[in-house]
Amino acid sequence: MFRHEWIEKNAILLLVLTLVTISIGGIVEIIPLFTIETTIERVVGMRPYTPLELMGRNLYIREGCYTCHSQQIRALKDEVERYGHFSLAAESMYDHPFQWGSKRIGPDLARVGGKYSSDWHYAHLVNPQELVPESLMPKYGFMATTPLDFDHIDKHLRANRVVGVPYTDDQIAHAKDDLLAQANAQMDADALMKRYPKAVVVPGNDRVPTELDALVAYLQMLGTLVDFANTSPEKLQQ
Amino acid sequence: MSDAAALSDTVTMSRPLHAPLTYNEDVVRKFVVAGMFWALVAFLVGVYIAAELAWPEANLGLSYVNFGRLRPVHTSAAIFAFGGSVLIGTSFYVVQRTCHARLFGGEALADFVFWGYQFFIVMVALSYLMGYTQGLEYAEPEWHLDLWLTLIWVIYAVIFIGTLMKREEPHIYVANWFYLAFILTVAVLHLVNNAAVPISMYSAKSYAAYGGVQSALIQWWYGHNAVGFLLTAGFLGMMYYFIPKQADQPIYSYRLSVVHFWSFVFMYIWAGPHHLHYTSLPDWTQTLGMVFSLMLWMPSWGGMINGLMTLSGAWDKLRTDPALRFSVTAVGFYGMATFEGPVLSIRDVNALAHYTDWIVGHVHSGTLGWNAFMSFGAIYYLVPVLWKRSGLYSARLVAWHYWISTLGIVLYISSLWVAGIMQGLMWRAYDAFGFLQYSFVESVSAVHPYYVIRWLGGMMFFVGALIMVYNLVMTVRSPSTRRAVTGYPVGAIAAGE
Repeated sequence: MFRHEWIEKNAILLLVLTLVTISIGGIVEIIPLFTIETTIERVVGMRPYTPLELMGRNLYIREGCYTCHSQQIRALKDEVERYGHFSLAAESMYDHPFQWGSKRIGPDLARVGGKYSSDWHYAHLVNPQELVPESLMPKYGFMATTPLDFDHIDKHLRANRVVGVPYTDDQIAHAKDDLLAQANAQMDADALMKRYPKAVVVPGNDRVPTELDALVAYLQMLGTLVDFANTSPEKLQQ
Repeated sequence: MSDAAALSDTVTMSRPLHAPLTYNEDVVRKFVVAGMFWALVAFLVGVYIAAELAWPEANLGLSYVNFGRLRPVHTSAAIFAFGGSVLIGTSFYVVQRTCHARLFGGEALADFVFWGYQFFIVMVALSYLMGYTQGLEYAEPEWHLDLWLTLIWVIYAVIFIGTLMKREEPHIYVANWFYLAFILTVAVLHLVNNAAVPISMYSAKSYAAYGGVQSALIQWWYGHNAVGFLLTAGFLGMMYYFIPKQADQPIYSYRLSVVHFWSFVFMYIWAGPHHLHYTSLPDWTQTLGMVFSLMLWMPSWGGMINGLMTLSGAWDKLRTDPALRFSVTAVGFYGMATFEGPVLSIRDVNALAHYTDWIVGHVHSGTLGWNAFMSFGAIYYLVPVLWKRSGLYSARLVAWHYWISTLGIVLYISSLWVAGIMQGLMWRAYDAFGFLQYSFVESVSAVHPYYVIRWLGGMMFFVGALIMVYNLVMTVRSPSTRRAVTGYPVGAIAAGE
């Protein structure tokens, strides 16, 4: 006959049994996400972030934007009408870590790319209340005057490749050029566009890329990559 | 420290059957002081960021005090600094008393855990203000701080388990099961969720090992079980020790404790996916998370019943012991939050509540009502014992603290119920022509009054904590709480049991 007393009198047995018990749920839920192929939809258009977008994303994380903005449109009628097509797992597959968020103090940003002009974003980030008087958003003017630190941009791309983002050698080798080309409207962006289709070149200040340039480049690509003309709910569910 | 306290460290308790024994109470005292300090910091920062939401000018346009950077300071200070210090401190206290054994590894090892953990907290807070974060909620510290915490946590586990191993009591008391589950699970969660690749050994910046949907589920498996095992299992350990102590009654049901423990540790770990309903997480995972969240109601209430029924025959103590009132109210809030939680995990309810302030209110009914109140109850009990005083400086002040804080919580959660449900309804409202009725920013303006009420509720909670700190300082300092010299050896009183 089993007696609970045995466990109560043996610290190591208690430890092992507890460890086993707490592991089951996590194993059952997490491991299949890596092995079931349909977890991430096959779509056309997804590409890794451009170097400038990646730096912008890091700033988005640094400033804790995820504490107020979600990047996950749920499959609910009102959300799809307000924000656009519901988010696909494929759209965040190069996000290490994800930034789906958990709270909407401000609106969802999963498809904010292209909804406003870059100039609007610059003005809004510097002084949100000037454009949206009721806004609760802090002012990010300091980012407009802070030069972007991108000395180690190649290392950023390499670390991403280690965790599974398919950056090519070519993309890593030209990381700095691509970053500069995207942060200055005066420069030639052909090579950039070939390596990263749909990248949005931001106006920049013609001198050095600022933190705000990177953040705007990131915001302007959010949710724009997947080609929804070539897909349908049926295709997504296969 | 009083003369009696200084003396008691050297005088040993006379136990006829065992070797002379004193407990390491010094490290517990340190954790209690640190816990109260971090409580004030956490509440103050919370009040400040609540003000930023009510009056955005409070962001001041400065990077360091923007909501986005301060919010993790608030959550980490509350959960890991305040909650963590109270948990480690009380676990060291409880494991020694219930095992009749001094802490394994000696003074130095325990002190290392204390100072190492405090160093971690300070570095974490500074790094957030400077913008170093992984961008994972409640797991924001970057990789180098994660490694440091791993070291501290391993040593903590060694001390705790080592003390269990050298115990002189044949049985391991139920409080220790919960503390052990807390220590082990937090270790597993921490190691798995924080896996990351730094861009270089000399840079704080790293990229998470997991991406997208996997990253999301692992994060909420972590996030929900940080709630489950740090803020619940650990605090249930406190409940199982301090409520029987304060009520001077044995635990209501031993059998219920056994069922409570195993069902709790098994089911909690599955509940994470309810944070991701209707998202790009596959449906099967969402459904599993919802079903287990609903089932979790039962072990949760089993634990609540075990805690509350321990008072049967001793309910009158609530009138005379205001500190016990905190512990018992904590269990009441626990019951409420663990009912609201399963309801919120139902997909259709979640469709309305997710992304709104309802969730924030729900979290605070747990953290303020359950965690903070449980901590207050335990600390009010511990301070006179640890500092060898005859009792608390003022029971009246405890009562004031109790009522101000309780009213603060009521204001906080009821205002956010209204705000959250209103946001949810406004976001999904359609007009007569079939268009969305409100723009997003209209929902922002609409909740302003409730954000002000929430700020007020938080402020009251903070003021209550200030009263508590004053009362505790006076308990230690005031001559009125000095113990009368009795015929007993000092050590017998000091050791308490």
